[in-house]
Amino acid sequence: MTPLAEAPMQRERATTIYEKSKTGRRAAVLPDAGVPETPIEDLIPANLLRAEPPNLPEVAEPEIVRHYNRLSRRNFDLDSGFYPLGSCTMKHNPRLNERVAALPGHARLHPAQDPRRAQGALELMYLLQESLAEICGLPSVSLQPSAGSHGELAGLLLTRAYHADRGETRTKVLAPDTSHGTNPASVTMAGYEVVKVATNQRGGVDMDDLRARIEEDPDQIACLMLTNPNTLGLFDENIEEIAALIHAAGGTLYYDGANLNAIMGRTRPGDMGFDIVHLNLHKSFSQPHGGGGPGAGPIAVSSRIEPFLPRPQVVRREGSGGHGPSFDLDFERPKSIGRLRGFQGNFGVFVRSYAYILSLGSDGLAEASETAVLNANYLKARLAAGRAGERLPVAFDRHCMHEFVLSGRPMKNELGLATLDLAKRLLDFGFHPPTVYFPLLVDEALMVEPTETETKESLDAFADAIEEILTEAETDPELAKNAPYSTPVRRLDEVRATRKPVVRQRFSD
Amino acid sequence: MLAAIGVDSVDELFEQIPGPLRLGRPLDLPAGMSEAEVYERLAALAGRNADAEEQVTFLGAGMYDHYVPAIVDAITSRSEFLTPYTPYQPEISQGGLQVMFEFQTAMSELTGLPVSNAGLYEGPSSVASAGYLAMGATKRKKFVVSRGLHPHSRETLATYSVGYGTEVVEVGLDGGVTDAAALAAAVDDETAAVFLQSPNFLGAVEDVEALGATAKEHGALLVVACDPMTLGILKPPGESGADIALGEGQPLGNRLDFGGPSFGFFCATEAQIRRMPGRIAGETEDVDGRRGFVLALQTREQHIRREKATNNICTAQALNALGAMVHLAWLGREGFRELGELLVRRTAYARQRLAAVDGVELLHEAPVVREFAVRLSAPVEEVLDRVADRGIAAGYPLGREYEEFDDGLLVAITERRTPAQIDELAEALGAAIAAERGAKVANTATNAPQGVTA
Repeated sequence: MTPLAEAPMQRERATTIYEKSKTGRRAAVLPDAGVPETPIEDLIPANLLRAEPPNLPEVAEPEIVRHYNRLSRRNFDLDSGFYPLGSCTMKHNPRLNERVAALPGHARLHPAQDPRRAQGALELMYLLQESLAEICGLPSVSLQPSAGSHGELAGLLLTRAYHADRGETRTKVLAPDTSHGTNPASVTMAGYEVVKVATNQRGGVDMDDLRARIEEDPDQIACLMLTNPNTLGLFDENIEEIAALIHAAGGTLYYDGANLNAIMGRTRPGDMGFDIVHLNLHKSFSQPHGGGGPGAGPIAVSSRIEPFLPRPQVVRREGSGGHGPSFDLDFERPKSIGRLRGFQGNFGVFVRSYAYILSLGSDGLAEASETAVLNANYLKARLAAGRAGERLPVAFDRHCMHEFVLSGRPMKNELGLATLDLAKRLLDFGFHPPTVYFPLLVDEALMVEPTETETKESLDAFADAIEEILTEAETDPELAKNAPYSTPVRRLDEVRATRKPVVRQRFSD
Repeated sequence: MLAAIGVDSVDELFEQIPGPLRLGRPLDLPAGMSEAEVYERLAALAGRNADAEEQVTFLGAGMYDHYVPAIVDAITSRSEFLTPYTPYQPEISQGGLQVMFEFQTAMSELTGLPVSNAGLYEGPSSVASAGYLAMGATKRKKFVVSRGLHPHSRETLATYSVGYGTEVVEVGLDGGVTDAAALAAAVDDETAAVFLQSPNFLGAVEDVEALGATAKEHGALLVVACDPMTLGILKPPGESGADIALGEGQPLGNRLDFGGPSFGFFCATEAQIRRMPGRIAGETEDVDGRRGFVLALQTREQHIRREKATNNICTAQALNALGAMVHLAWLGREGFRELGELLVRRTAYARQRLAAVDGVELLHEAPVVREFAVRLSAPVEEVLDRVADRGIAAGYPLGREYEEFDDGLLVAITERRTPAQIDELAEALGAAIAAERGAKVANTATNAPQGVTA
């Protein structure tokens, strides 16, 4: 059934800023040049100039503000409601962090400023490096990668450089079948071949399969990429043995830090034997997601990997002659893999994450992880006690860490509801759905990560919503199958957007 | 909550971590602080940076001190744009998806190419992503790059190339622009892509069409890095034969932020649409026929295609692209062109003004838009220090990246740099050069018996 009335948001049809454009309208008032009005053709040869300015919208400021405010209301966001998107760590974004990032000393600091006149920025970066090194249990950090997958690529290029330095060429990178999609994509970009490793009955790495993959060609194993806790939200208890096997084969062990929020102050990747770790500052360290970035993906590495870190590296130089220590950008790194991007990295993200680390401190970070794990286990238990216990069973039934994965297979078989239907119906209840259809090895997967910044009441409300959806589906499964109803648009034709892509505004002229 | 879980303590939940791996001590970090204390700590650090609020800056080299209108901050700081994740659930992400669609349209208009993505990390890694695309499109393994391409882009492309297994061949500059003969000689039938930048790192506008012809002859892709703020007046790369136009997006609606976060833009011909990196929003309809937007062509992406993805990028820079879109809407069609003209005229004024200073000469005579290079007859770093004492960042010392221009200074102009500030720069540079020469004379006179040449 479909409710007859349109929801309020649906009455307003999508109109682009271009469609609001009227010739001659504008917002900007520019300063007078204050210099001679030389014709542009006298300064730049005509064959290098464009005939017509680009077609940008012509709209006055009030309408620009209204347009984007209206658009903003067509978004769901973390500040409006629960966002249990697995593997994404949608924790609260403290507004203090926005305030300090906007200080002119940060926001208006030019990246090519002489390091002697950017001491505060370099010290902040150094302090963040040191903090992340301690959290990871590894000695050295590069802040340069722009996001998690950029960190992965960095880690693989570091692995390649490390082996090349030893006169070795290795071709294969192992990754569990539960790994994030970025892992195999990064492997290919780094010029390696992916070798999948199976998952065992307890949701960890299948040790027999891992041994077999290594034994096939031990000299070719460059690296094992692992997330721990993994994407099932489970800590791999065999991690020490895994590390020993990979190191014995001469490979590096890479830690995908997307799930670091489970373990801060409790255990450290370096202590588990990892050589290279990337951290998502836009996950565990509270940088707002921005609807798809910006983020930052610093890497922490062991001492044997350190010589190969990207350049420049922020370093502290001890003072002399009565001067205190100073901070600098070190380009003299002969074994470095080189740059991964322009300038020094996403500094504005570093400011926010450093403010977050200072705010929480040693105890606070540990407490954040403890509460994240508590919240996940509580929500898992609440769901298991209701209809979800039968219809949406936990894929691997043991205590989870910061997230857990449910299988919608019984729900689909018994009620005819796919995981997608449940997700879409949750939108009508005002919740962002969990991550769906990932990890791939769980049939009809739902991956739930509540984070530490949710109250018990939020978790209960979410569990109640799931219960209600499963209950209503027992009598009227069509309700969920046609959901959502209350959103600005209803289910969209995604196939068409790929088969016949319309990726920009068409102008009638 | 513990009772519902069936445990007595939170510690029990962590027992899945093997004993020897448990940290067993607090992290060696300071204790948490109040909001006020954190603010003071961060403000103190910020206070130790010479930012563009306290210094008049002529630094550019890829990032520029433009005036970002207040409307940009007002919109990008809204929770609804600041705090969502990537729009995996389109029904509740129409705002963000439509912004991407509008942004793609604007970038497509700027570059003159039909397809734009919704943004990448920043400029140099976008160049590297273009290399990866070109390698896949041509099945070739050689890149030819102009030395006028931003040094960070060249280095990033080289870093990535080690992974791809591609070779990077560099072509030098002649008179401030890419050496056309050397470029023609370097490009062959093994070349996957030719990389140019216009305006190039020295500020010179390149004749992309003429230079790019050699790429076409050999079936290589033409990749053009450009400064979006110059595209109100310069011929768009798409009209000069570019297959890919990309660049650093910071000048549009983004702060300097000591180098990031900003965004990279990436536009291409229709032929490359299924090889594009990054998110792309597409228009479609919902079940009731309402217009809507979704992430299109997701079959290129890592979360679907895994090791067969066209790129590994996931989280990019959506909020920064929104800032750019709002800035572009604020400028509008006419304002964007006017700003370009303002930059050209003030830069011409600054170039003329500096060239008249004793001890300063132009490094090249090629046409420029918003940045130009000069040579100083006194050591650049020392001159910069002297000028900095007067509250001016005179520009970027080219010797940092170009050994052949160790006497070079790159000077950038934005609408914030007034004619009066330009006059002050000219005066300060002249005084600093004279003082350095004087200091050198004095030094030489006291330390050495030989004659003075300064």
